[in-house]
Amino acid sequence: MVVFSLLAYAVVTYRNRIDDDNREPAQVYGSNQVELAWTVIPVLIVLALFMASSRVIATIQNAERPANAIEVVATGHQFWWEYRYPGLKVVTANELHVPVSDPSNPTPTFITLLSADMDHSFWVPRLAGKTDLIPNRMNHTWIDPHEVGLYLGQCAQYCGTQHAKMLLRVYVQPRAEFDRWIQEQQQQAVTNQAVSEGRQVFESTACVNCHTVSGTRANGRFGPDLTHLMSRDTIASGVADNTPENLRQWIENPDAIKPGARMPAMGLGARQVEAVVAYLATLR
Amino acid sequence: MATESVTFPAALPISRPLVDRLHEWVTTVDHKRLGILYIGYALVFLCIGGIEATIMRVQLMVPHNDLVPPQVFNRLFTMHGTTMIFFVAMPIVFGFANYMLPLMLGARDMAFPRLNAFSFWLTAFGGLLLYFSVLGASGLYGAGNAPDVGWFAYAPLTSQTFSRGHSTDFWTLSLLVSGIGSIGTAVNILTTILCVRCPGMTLGKMPMFAWLILVMAFLVLLCVGPLTAAQIMLTIDRYLGGHFFDVQAGGSAVVWMHFFWIFGHPEVYVLVMPAFAIVSEIIPVFSRKGLFGYPFMVAAGLAIGFLAMSVWAHHMFTVGMSSSANTFFVMTTMAIGVPTGIKIFNWLATMWGGRIHFKVPMLFCLGFLFQFLIAGLTGIMLSAAPFDWQLGNSYFVVAHFHYVIVGGILFAVFGAFYYWFPKMSGWMYSEILGRLHFVLFLIGFHLTFDFMHIPGLLGMPRRIYTYEPGRGWDIWNLIVTAGVVFQGAAILVFVGGLVWAYFRRKPAGNDPWDAWTLEWATSSPPAPYNFAVIPVVRSRRPLWDLKHPEDPDWKYDQ
Repeated sequence: MVVFSLLAYAVVTYRNRIDDDNREPAQVYGSNQVELAWTVIPVLIVLALFMASSRVIATIQNAERPANAIEVVATGHQFWWEYRYPGLKVVTANELHVPVSDPSNPTPTFITLLSADMDHSFWVPRLAGKTDLIPNRMNHTWIDPHEVGLYLGQCAQYCGTQHAKMLLRVYVQPRAEFDRWIQEQQQQAVTNQAVSEGRQVFESTACVNCHTVSGTRANGRFGPDLTHLMSRDTIASGVADNTPENLRQWIENPDAIKPGARMPAMGLGARQVEAVVAYLATLR
Repeated sequence: MATESVTFPAALPISRPLVDRLHEWVTTVDHKRLGILYIGYALVFLCIGGIEATIMRVQLMVPHNDLVPPQVFNRLFTMHGTTMIFFVAMPIVFGFANYMLPLMLGARDMAFPRLNAFSFWLTAFGGLLLYFSVLGASGLYGAGNAPDVGWFAYAPLTSQTFSRGHSTDFWTLSLLVSGIGSIGTAVNILTTILCVRCPGMTLGKMPMFAWLILVMAFLVLLCVGPLTAAQIMLTIDRYLGGHFFDVQAGGSAVVWMHFFWIFGHPEVYVLVMPAFAIVSEIIPVFSRKGLFGYPFMVAAGLAIGFLAMSVWAHHMFTVGMSSSANTFFVMTTMAIGVPTGIKIFNWLATMWGGRIHFKVPMLFCLGFLFQFLIAGLTGIMLSAAPFDWQLGNSYFVVAHFHYVIVGGILFAVFGAFYYWFPKMSGWMYSEILGRLHFVLFLIGFHLTFDFMHIPGLLGMPRRIYTYEPGRGWDIWNLIVTAGVVFQGAAILVFVGGLVWAYFRRKPAGNDPWDAWTLEWATSSPPAPYNFAVIPVVRSRRPLWDLKHPEDPDWKYDQ
């Protein structure tokens, strides 16, 4: 602001007036005192800013992990997020659930960041700054949310065709609700005889190469774990609502929803698609 | 002694056949012609890069727009970034350096005229190679595709696994080739400044332009090497089974980042130094006052050059470096604000007590000062790592570096263009069209890049081809796109001004600005040999001494 006002003042005051003759103004070549002043003062400002920043860096990066912290391993994939809760034996995708943290007894969530393929970046602006997920490297970040709610974010490092649709959803829940969610996620997939045709289609095609449904022979790890697919609000990494109609469209042709997604169109017949959708819709 | 000028080719009739004239341009080793080639070449690519940017802005105007598919959008931003940095910004500053240095130093040409031509054509073919990818990248069936890896091409996106075909190879080779051209130019500039100054011009009496271009050339020499090395390593990875960046075989994606940014950050100063150089020439002339604090300006330029080599990892605050490494790069990055501040203060002090003439070059320089100040402030904000963790790779950063490159460098370059156009062509430009260009560009620039900060603050990352409605980004993106209309109009006016000057052919005279450096002591445009008699100087402003024999500068120079 100060410099800007000086600039404005100089421009207005020292403009060439029409009544000026062609005399040149007094030539001033410099002044050591003035130079010293506008060197030393910025040095002091920079020093203060630097000390403040380095304190914040140390506080954030060297934070102690409390014993009751939640531990999550997040793995970036083209173009979705995999979350594992190692202590709790829970695997999910794209929608991260964490308990709200009480400032008097904080239960922060410490996230280990890995990547299966590309550089990605975990960025939920209202929870924390971004940290990259880099293949062949282990990074860490932590969040300590004090308010329940849904927090949105998205991948912040260009990672390929669908970088734009690699959305992040973090559900911050009251502790009891979170515990219930964990319990549900720990269950094996439900089996329902009514949809055995869909299950049969699912298990006899390439679906199982990439997707896992616990308790079945589907154990692929290239795509999201589908054991509790219906407990999620969205599919395709936050791109579409998790409705049977969207699921059907997604299975028929993923490119229609997310062009460039890694899942291929499976080329199933209409009847088979209906059956698979019916099967998936039971995976609560 | 050197009065045999009548026999030089400048005296040839203008009505030679077109083929002959073209042949002269292609085979020229004259630094002025090469300078004009550089500038013209850069302006063509500026239009191409601008069209790419326009398509991207139209795509992002509203959420869920489907003007272009994601694959095309990714190619657009890759090509836009690569084009603007390597084939617009660098050639245009090289062009001005090439044209002006020998004239300002009182020399007849650059130290190595043939190397100069070689460097230009390498750069030129580098650009053509990049755009040839549009035709030939897939290598088969003539169905090519431009590279889509982003202008900093992070590994492992560039590996054979993820980048099939040859689009990445075109990118790699075009930067390799133009990089060798840049190194040649840097060597040439260094040698010219250090070895072929006219009698009496000690280093301390060089125009500030020469000092800052000297710093630029050092930076090019230091920083383009790592980029070239990285391109070679990448090619080895892709074709000879190397594993430098191949993460699946124990390579490191972070090593690529270090290689790229140890080039990438000094590169910013490679572009900013010439902008400083230009402004340091124009502001004194249009304020009618010598540059304030010359020795401090030199020292600040050297300090920036030195610090610029130690700040690269501030592009990598989010890759998980240790807290001490992050702290170090915060310190060096913030420190660079001090010499930059000294420069801004000195320009202000130059205007202070002067008599400012608001001609078009000066208007652009004032725009530069104002915008560079803001870019510096957002730069200081981003230098604080915790702030960068939030805003790195968001539209805030995009707005910040466009403030530097468009608001700072491009404004200064337009200033330079209007300032030296009369010298280069011999004709005067239209003051009215020039002002219209300035006003339109100023409006367009601020509409686009002021409002671009806001979606970044609201969490919008860069390089996304579309976005969800309801995040509060929509209206800002619409405003940002609206600014493009004004910028496009400004460029049309600029081209119109060139055409006007060409047909009007209003003689500019040798010294239209009543300026003080040696390029104004010769004819407009200068003869191929620049000076009939090599000048002898006694101060930093030789023409001031001539015009004011009662009060010459050399009485005061230390």
